[in-house]
Amino acid sequence: MAKITPDNKSVVVRFAGDSGDGVQLLGSQFAESTALAGSDFATFPDFPAEIRAPVGTTFGVSAFQINLGARRISTAGDQPDVLVALNPAALKVNLPALPKGALIILNTDAFNARNFSKANIETDPRETGELKDYQVVEIAISTQTLEAVKPVGLSKSDAEQCKNFWALGAVLWMFGRDRGPIKDWATKKFAKKAPEILAGNLAALDAGHAFAETAELSAEIPQFEIGPAPMEAGEYRSITGAEALSLGLAAAGELADREVIFCGYPITPASSILHHLSRMGDLGVATFQAEDEIAACCAAIGASYGGKIGVTSSSGPGIALKTEAIGLATAVELPLVIINSQRGGPSTGLPTKTEQSDLYQAVYGRNADTPLPVIAAAGPGDCFDAAIEATRIALRHMTPVFLLTDGYIANAAGPWELPDMDDFEPILHGTPPTPKGDPTELKRAIWNRDPSSLGRPWIAPGMEGLAHRIGGLEKDIATGDISYDADNHQAMSELRANKVEAVAEFIPDQIVEQGPTKGPLAVVGWGSTHGAIHRAVFVAREQGYDVAQIHLRYLNPLPKNLKRLLAGYDKIILPEMNMGQCATLLRDKLGLDVISLTKVSGQPFKISELEDTIKEHAPATLKKAAE
Amino acid sequence: MNAPLTAKDFATDQEVRWCPGCGDYAILKCVQKTLADVGAVPDNTVFVSGIGCSSRFPYYMNTYGFHTIHGRAPAFATGLKLANPELDVWLVTGDGDGLSIGGNHLLHVLRRNLNLQIMLFNNEIYGLTKGQYSPTSRAGTRSPSTPAGSIDAPLNPCSFALGANARFIARGIDTDARNLSPVLKAAREFKGAAFVEIFQNCIVYNKDIFEDFVAKKTAKETQIHVEHGKPLLFADGTNGLKLNPQTLALEVVVVGDGGVPEAEVLVHDETNRSIAQMLINLPTEGYPMPLGVIYRDPSDPAFDDAFWAAQTTKGKRTAKVADALRKASVWKKA
Repeated sequence: MAKITPDNKSVVVRFAGDSGDGVQLLGSQFAESTALAGSDFATFPDFPAEIRAPVGTTFGVSAFQINLGARRISTAGDQPDVLVALNPAALKVNLPALPKGALIILNTDAFNARNFSKANIETDPRETGELKDYQVVEIAISTQTLEAVKPVGLSKSDAEQCKNFWALGAVLWMFGRDRGPIKDWATKKFAKKAPEILAGNLAALDAGHAFAETAELSAEIPQFEIGPAPMEAGEYRSITGAEALSLGLAAAGELADREVIFCGYPITPASSILHHLSRMGDLGVATFQAEDEIAACCAAIGASYGGKIGVTSSSGPGIALKTEAIGLATAVELPLVIINSQRGGPSTGLPTKTEQSDLYQAVYGRNADTPLPVIAAAGPGDCFDAAIEATRIALRHMTPVFLLTDGYIANAAGPWELPDMDDFEPILHGTPPTPKGDPTELKRAIWNRDPSSLGRPWIAPGMEGLAHRIGGLEKDIATGDISYDADNHQAMSELRANKVEAVAEFIPDQIVEQGPTKGPLAVVGWGSTHGAIHRAVFVAREQGYDVAQIHLRYLNPLPKNLKRLLAGYDKIILPEMNMGQCATLLRDKLGLDVISLTKVSGQPFKISELEDTIKEHAPATLKKAAE
Repeated sequence: MNAPLTAKDFATDQEVRWCPGCGDYAILKCVQKTLADVGAVPDNTVFVSGIGCSSRFPYYMNTYGFHTIHGRAPAFATGLKLANPELDVWLVTGDGDGLSIGGNHLLHVLRRNLNLQIMLFNNEIYGLTKGQYSPTSRAGTRSPSTPAGSIDAPLNPCSFALGANARFIARGIDTDARNLSPVLKAAREFKGAAFVEIFQNCIVYNKDIFEDFVAKKTAKETQIHVEHGKPLLFADGTNGLKLNPQTLALEVVVVGDGGVPEAEVLVHDETNRSIAQMLINLPTEGYPMPLGVIYRDPSDPAFDDAFWAAQTTKGKRTAKVADALRKASVWKKA
């Protein structure tokens, strides 16, 4: 069969199986091979909330989707062109998402009465005709795997565990990818711990590859040709949001020349940041797993008080618990970085599903008037810069800062151009005063705020001659002594508000990412919707729609030019994965009404959904131009 | 060399705002004097507190100080000690702050054995919120929130501490600086979490609740000041505590003429958990109140030391992020 070169130069592949089938490893290694071939890609792991759901059930299905292209790729793709289903439940769950004509590769060994019953399937879907619109390739993957690894002498269950490598081998052949780097990786991972498992996996990998290549099936298994994507010259690696964020925090510590102390408590989907950072001791990062979310936040503030960069992280429910402590950090003017890996809510909600759920919580969610800066990361690689920026703001203004990310960004991966660390400015903070003899003069020096940032000097216990007391009671604006004075409270409240507003003086003007700087229509987004919006606007523009794309990093305060910029468009569409929180924010802060496009299905926006909305709201003149 | 500091040097210019006659004044004085006596360095000393009357303490100490939020002082202190294990950190809490809203954090700071001193001012009542019953209030305590008397069983702070695997447990009385000061010194010297329960008289909402053993006139009979390696004697050595091997409980015995020989009195071993357990839980009726260092087990490392020892590079930055970024498969685009 001739190699298929898709018209849009991209293919979406979805691997699905039981949560114990090694689907995530299969997907991530395929992504690695894509990266090394120079194609662009974006991945989206989709795993169940249950750790080991009963084998064969629909709620135990784990999936990994990758969109790979010889063009720039901005999302993991709307619909899979290829589905690899390792059991009937995986087929059942994913079939509705497939477009007609999609290629389905099935592991026929798993298609038996036992698995049908576990997945609540009455009749074998291969016999009901429900697969007639698809191109189905049936392979006895388990049997083939057992056969291939027999010489290694593994137990039957260990041998069958190698089937993900077998499938990987077959898929690598389909895409004409090299097996070498994957073998190297596997050797590094398994050679010492489990040499037999390594041997089994390598045998399975080769067997899958050979099977696809040599079998008469080669007529049946299509081959895809996805070449390198046009990308800027530079060094690249694959990175997930959680990894990039962790490295970004380490980089912030390096730029500030301070150690980072990260205090967390396990919660999905934020825990991966704790895991990554706990291996970065040599980068000046220490991690502390606290007894609860509150303690994690308090310990991070304690670390900041002690002169280290205190960072805490959680997801919505955990952030709610930290709220009182965050207010204290504002009151005592200590730096703190709070990372919220957002997920669906309210309450426990949808722990593994993504949602931009907590913008209100970040901007407004504290007792009293307690403003604080809020920024959001737009994608996996961007988490690196966002972490540096959040730390920079925290130290410059001596304030807690919210960094919003979400489950999608945390787990998704894509190629990332490695930054040059020399391009980053050092992170600065207010330097401690020299001790004054007179106690009142000393107090004034301790609370002497920088006139432009309103940040105070960062003074840690142990510094000679600067002993002073801080606390959550309202303090005198000049001396820091407890003060219940009415005018002083007014002045302190204004100071806290002005301090956050002052951040706007240091951040860049809002730019237009694509399209005109004024015109009939703009799509404004924030956070992880970036990829889908970028692609949808790109496609619409190719079709002749003169639409602009604007993506917000700074949510509080907003960039100073934003109001004027947005006023230059007749209509603004704001897609977000919540019930319209950023739309409310823009109405509140800018007095601006937008067309709010909301989605809370636990899944990211599809590009097609956004394209449809752009076309629906495009003014008649634009539509005409497009025709 | 500068002249040694005095108690006065540890006082701030802030007006102390506890009720006149409050036991906190005596504790404050005792702490200030103790720090002066041991030559503590104010710039290296930090008082961390939660919320409540006791938690105003840091404002009055001319050291570093952090008045935090209700119940969470142990967590702030943990972050602070991790950031700088060299600091001498004192935690000030109360029965409501430490055992009610902050029970979880107190449990974990003790279990982890963070190197700090915890002074829990126990007055068996909520003072700052005007007199509601607390987790240490005796059953039947009438308060604004329990007009018919409280019904739940109180918690024994030292028993809680022992259960949480605290390695240093001591007791003292607010107005008895002569005995409290050495306890505080011992707590400060201890490498680990040193828990000190201080019986504190809330003269407004729970006046003289500890009078049965605090009263100076009868103190000899109602208090037993325990000392490692010495027999558990009180009332000028005329009474003692003896272990009854049948019941595995301590009994009050008369010592000497008409009683048992002193050799039969139990010798205090502060490293013995079982003795600590019995002393902490002595019945109140007919028994003296054990005071002083009840339990001390220095065999475990302090958490802050262990934390940094466990870090591969001991907390030092030895690698560059630019290199760490490249610890993956990296490809070049021309």
